[in-house]
Amino acid sequence: MQLFPCPFCGPRSEAEFHFGGDAGNVRPDEDEVSADRWSSYLYMRHNQKGMSPSIWMHMTCGELFQLDRDTLTHSVAGSKALTEGGHR
Amino acid sequence: MTRHYSALSVFKEGLNSQKGWQKAWRSPEPKKRYDVIVVGGGGHGLATAYYLAKNHGIRNVAVIERGWIGGGNTGRNTTVVRSNYFFPQSVALYDLSLKLFEKLSSELNYNIMLSQRGMLSLAHSMPEMEMAARSANAMQINGVDAELLSRDQVRELLPLYNFSKESRYPVHGAVIQRRAGTARHDAVAWGYARAADRFGVDIIQNCEVQDFIQNGGICCGVRTTKGEILADRVGVAVAGHSSQMAERAGFRLPVVSYALQACVSEPVKPALDTVVLSPATGTYVSQSDKGEMVVGGGLDRIPSYSQRGNLPVLETAIAGLLEMFPSFRQLKLMRQWSGIVDVVPDSSPILDETPLPGLFINCGWGTGGFKAIPAGGTLLAHLLATGRHHDISRPFGLDRFSSGRLIDEAAGSGITH
Amino acid sequence: MTSFRTLQPANSLTEKVVRFTFDGQRLEGLEGDTIASALLASDVSIVGRSFKYHRPRGLWGVGVEEPNAFVDVSGTRSLVNARATTEMLVDGMDVRSVNASPSAARDRHSFVDRFARFIPSAFYYKTFMWPNWHLFEPHIRKMAGLGVIDPIATYPQPADQINETCDLLVVGGGPAGLLSALIAARSGRSVVLCDDGLELGGSLLHHRAMIDGVDGFEWVRRCRQELHTLGAKVLTRTTAFGIYDHNLVGLNERRPVGADRLWRVRPSAVFLATGAIERPLPFANNDLPGIMSAEAGLAYLRRFGAAAGKRIVVATNNSMTKEVAEAFAPIADVREVDYRRGVRIVGAHGGSRVDAVELSNGSVIQADAVLVSGGFTPTIHLFCQARGKLKWDDKLLVFRAGEDVPNVSIIGAADANFGLGEVFESAGNALRKIGCEAPAMPRLEGHSSSFEIVETWPKPKMEGRVWIDLQHDVTTKDIELAARENFVSVEHLKRYTTLGMATDQGKTSNLAGLALMAELTGRTVPEVGTTTYRPPFTPVPFGSFAGARGGVLLNPPRRLVLENLHRDDGAHLREYGGWLRPAWYGDEAEERAVQREAMQARKSVALFDGSPLGKIEVMGPQAAEFMDFIYYNTMSTLKPGRCRYGFILRESGIVYDDGVLVRLEENRFIVSCSSSHVPGVYAMLEEWRQDRFDRRRLYIHNATAQTATLTVSGPRSKVLLDAVGLGISFDDASLPHMATGWGSFDGTQVRVTRVSFTGDRSYELSIRADRAEALWSRLKHIGQSHNAVLMGLEALMTLRAEKGFIVTGKDSDGMTLPMDLGSSAPLSKKKVDYLGKRSLFTEEAQRPDRTQLVGLEVIDGGGRFPTGAHGVLKTGSGKRSLGYVTSSYHSPTLGRPIALGLIERGAARHGEVIDVQHLGEMRQARIAPPCAFDPEGERLNA
Repeated sequence: MQLFPCPFCGPRSEAEFHFGGDAGNVRPDEDEVSADRWSSYLYMRHNQKGMSPSIWMHMTCGELFQLDRDTLTHSVAGSKALTEGGHR
Repeated sequence: MTRHYSALSVFKEGLNSQKGWQKAWRSPEPKKRYDVIVVGGGGHGLATAYYLAKNHGIRNVAVIERGWIGGGNTGRNTTVVRSNYFFPQSVALYDLSLKLFEKLSSELNYNIMLSQRGMLSLAHSMPEMEMAARSANAMQINGVDAELLSRDQVRELLPLYNFSKESRYPVHGAVIQRRAGTARHDAVAWGYARAADRFGVDIIQNCEVQDFIQNGGICCGVRTTKGEILADRVGVAVAGHSSQMAERAGFRLPVVSYALQACVSEPVKPALDTVVLSPATGTYVSQSDKGEMVVGGGLDRIPSYSQRGNLPVLETAIAGLLEMFPSFRQLKLMRQWSGIVDVVPDSSPILDETPLPGLFINCGWGTGGFKAIPAGGTLLAHLLATGRHHDISRPFGLDRFSSGRLIDEAAGSGITH
Repeated sequence: MTSFRTLQPANSLTEKVVRFTFDGQRLEGLEGDTIASALLASDVSIVGRSFKYHRPRGLWGVGVEEPNAFVDVSGTRSLVNARATTEMLVDGMDVRSVNASPSAARDRHSFVDRFARFIPSAFYYKTFMWPNWHLFEPHIRKMAGLGVIDPIATYPQPADQINETCDLLVVGGGPAGLLSALIAARSGRSVVLCDDGLELGGSLLHHRAMIDGVDGFEWVRRCRQELHTLGAKVLTRTTAFGIYDHNLVGLNERRPVGADRLWRVRPSAVFLATGAIERPLPFANNDLPGIMSAEAGLAYLRRFGAAAGKRIVVATNNSMTKEVAEAFAPIADVREVDYRRGVRIVGAHGGSRVDAVELSNGSVIQADAVLVSGGFTPTIHLFCQARGKLKWDDKLLVFRAGEDVPNVSIIGAADANFGLGEVFESAGNALRKIGCEAPAMPRLEGHSSSFEIVETWPKPKMEGRVWIDLQHDVTTKDIELAARENFVSVEHLKRYTTLGMATDQGKTSNLAGLALMAELTGRTVPEVGTTTYRPPFTPVPFGSFAGARGGVLLNPPRRLVLENLHRDDGAHLREYGGWLRPAWYGDEAEERAVQREAMQARKSVALFDGSPLGKIEVMGPQAAEFMDFIYYNTMSTLKPGRCRYGFILRESGIVYDDGVLVRLEENRFIVSCSSSHVPGVYAMLEEWRQDRFDRRRLYIHNATAQTATLTVSGPRSKVLLDAVGLGISFDDASLPHMATGWGSFDGTQVRVTRVSFTGDRSYELSIRADRAEALWSRLKHIGQSHNAVLMGLEALMTLRAEKGFIVTGKDSDGMTLPMDLGSSAPLSKKKVDYLGKRSLFTEEAQRPDRTQLVGLEVIDGGGRFPTGAHGVLKTGSGKRSLGYVTSSYHSPTLGRPIALGLIERGAARHGEVIDVQHLGEMRQARIAPPCAFDPEGERLNA
């Protein structure tokens, strides 16, 4: 069982968190979005092996945040609230 | 030297102290160039090489494996084979696979122990029975064997199931595919490897592909830990690590890697005769020929490349198992492990030429790659040999993500997501 | 008689006699015995049969390393594949050997061994193909497997699961572990010490030592005492079976009474003092009963007073067995074979038990027991699970822990320290690493710490059958076969020969197998490497993992605040979307009850508990803009006090939920999503609020659980509510359809919302959950004079289907777009961006042959269509599915069957007849509009 640090609640069990995708996968907001641009936003993923920034929701407090974790070793480098420079 | 496997050759070699058996496959050094290179020595990669030789006469082929063949998900799954899918496109794919499995032992001259014990997908409520009917009808219309079983019929097949009033998940009925079952996973990899080797395919183990060689925007080989190897076409079948390969080739895939856990109990005398899946608990189980209960559950919900077991998901799967089969409380967990699977948004595989011309990919099988090995191999071989889709692989191209034409099997089973 | 109980004092026993049976034979042991020690003391030499060849096998070990002695136990509690060496003997136990019939001594399958030459490793891959594997498989299945599941055994349930944190977890209660735990506890650290044995002490239970002036056994007693005084948690019979992510250690505690117990320990630091396991020596017939680990022989003698034999050969390649020979000298004829002096055993003789060994110098020694030591393998499983890397020690001939792993230290014999002085020193070093300064080291007397060993790996072409894996019957020849066939990678070797895959997981066999493979392929042992160490270290009962999660505690359903009232009214409860809800009321059969409730709802008035309905409040200056983004439909134009039906889409355009949005005030909305989607919709709202909006100007609160919703529906609903009196006018003018307002009930606010899921005039009353009971009782009471009926979910489903109202996930699937449900206006009219918008303009979304929501009429006079039946189209090659029936009921209102379905191009095909197939039977249906009843909606105001 992994422990993830919620920036608001501290370290909590992995079961309380929901994975929200790659950090930085910004929703295209321009008027005309091409099919490829849209499908890239919807589906294409970096899926990094190793340290990667990702967006999570702590379901028990409802806050989104950025978590920097290693997908291979499961080590956690840190987390930050989106309001503190974490980005989506 | 004994090449052919049979009862007679086993008997003769018994008298000969087993000294006449040949290598199952050679361990050659890589040549400078091949017609086709297949990256990934799992079931799909080895099957691809085999069908390139067998169906297309292309024998100047290398399979390049980072570790040892069959060591990825091929050797880490719960060995279930089935074709009980909802959409015609999926049925065409998976039933091709099951049909190939049905003759694979004799074709490869290797006993893959296909055990068609049947697979039951349980329904625990009236609404689930209705969904079961939707699936069974879809399968029948698509030409796959399926039956809807009543509670009493299930009871005959699963005498140890919890039919008590207190059961959290009582049985209302089930869909059964009788042709479904299990096959010995290692044997599938080794059988394909041996047969491919006989055709002249070079199986190169302990050789990691570090990059793709490109010439004029076209893929023409690989850079490996054993040097550069050139090829006219390159195929990739590296489930769990597809995104890494894509990154090296300069594109992204609609794939996230998750760990899928499985475990086995200590072996016991026969107590379960079919493969059983409970959608409510997410647990599925079968008993191996050795007597071990082979148990699988849902995906870990956390992206991972770590092939390690974890407690929370295991606990959930086993709690589900014991609710289904209370007497299995006497069993003990003997081994737990996990495999890294490619999860695609529509739970269907990807078979296509990639954005890097000359590079073809077979990935995205999610939790169900093992059952698809013969078809995945056949179809990737077809793509590599002809540069064009087989009719069965065409719906599974990468273009479906921009056109929106997903083949969403989970959706077909009534899951909105 | 060969093995026997000595009259010497034994460390672990009392004098109380314990009776048990083994394979039906009545035997006696003493309190404190394990099953294994009692069998040894009772002169039982064959304790089991091997998995494949049914070879007779005796005890090899004394603990978790045991490969042979597995038993099923009944009479006391039911155990399958229990390890006789670690299972405490209990009075009344019926013990049976596994995989043998009728008994281990006289196994009817022992003939299999005579055919062994024809069935070596992996032979099954080469045969049984013709005519068909299915012919052979049933027989093989019957032969395989060890113990037998008792189908009706009952169990102590549930298993405890305990979460624990501590400063230091020490795994292993031998000298290294005890010392570490003690010193850490003295320094004020919280300590958990676990040991998988029946008592603390490890090697000190059977090896002589003088520590701090007392003998080892007494030192252990003092340590235990002090640990207790210091408040350390000491768990015996407790196996640390796995180290998981972020240093979570799983322990399984075997308890004398009751189910095993799972501990999830999250320590700041872990010391692995897990000891080492003795290896066999390779010689022909080294599997005969009576050939035993030298350490085990000593342990049985000193701890249980059980001597392995009277004519004993001690064979060794190392310096550790000196004490074994000395210990047996007073009671047995002891001969030593010391490989370090160049002499070795080439083979053992005997039938059901060893009777002699033949040496390399040609001499033969008569013996009834052979105690062997092929060196010691450190138990590094947990270190490897913690991602530790191993290094090969060429002098000690072991893989040992390499670079440190953060917060994990490995000490004692587990780190290849085989002298007591070194053992204590390694504990001291680890203690210093966690900040215990200058720990006081115990004083040792007369202890030499030098360990010597010579290499005795199995060699190619050894004569006879030299056994590597005792349980799985792997011999040196099998490993040679694997090498010959190029299964040379360590994982291939394991899988091809099944070396190390038995229930003992190769604790005694793996290294010998690797060493032989190294020799065969011209590699070194570290070049061959080891297989991956996976949890669990020893098998763990499934029950420990399940814990309390069984029956109603497995995925517990959510409960209505009015559940008890519904039960009193005879409700039949079913689970819908995770909630336990009334399906129907009363004693009638379901079908009749549902028809009655639905009929009465149409005629007079129905009371329905709709409490799980979503009530997510959205507040703030950005609320309207936010709702426009969330919903497919335009919501900002909604007037305060009014409601609007709409869809929420995924970004993929798929309909996720439908429902009514209530605008209470300019900046305050209530999202009434489906009951099963509340957590999902809430998370979705939060996600987009935080992602795109100003969290200071937008706030979301999920009030679903705090608020009950009681629905009054039917032509007489207004009359009923007027009689209840909620301080709000129910007139159509002041509260028209799709309007909302506030009333009050006995001083509590009630939100009255006029929306309808039945097609009739309906009012939803939302009130604080703790006031719901009083309001429901009042509604029922007053309802009596208005012919009101309590309505369950099944009748509601029927009524809504008559109207063609969908249930998302039932009448839509994971591909349904809003247009497929007949809603396409926002596509052209709504200018602002919203969730999923772009996905509605893809090639796929614009495809003309999409499946669309329709009604399906029965035209053959038959009963209703089964839900799940498919519409089909005959094609040249067979047929294909056109879609399927999603909802189907008998309509009491219309007196005929009704159905909804998703059918290809259905919206444009009203009136057409299609084939419908269910389980091979064909019928016909006419496509119709989804709404079968009151299409003009007149009843909303009736």
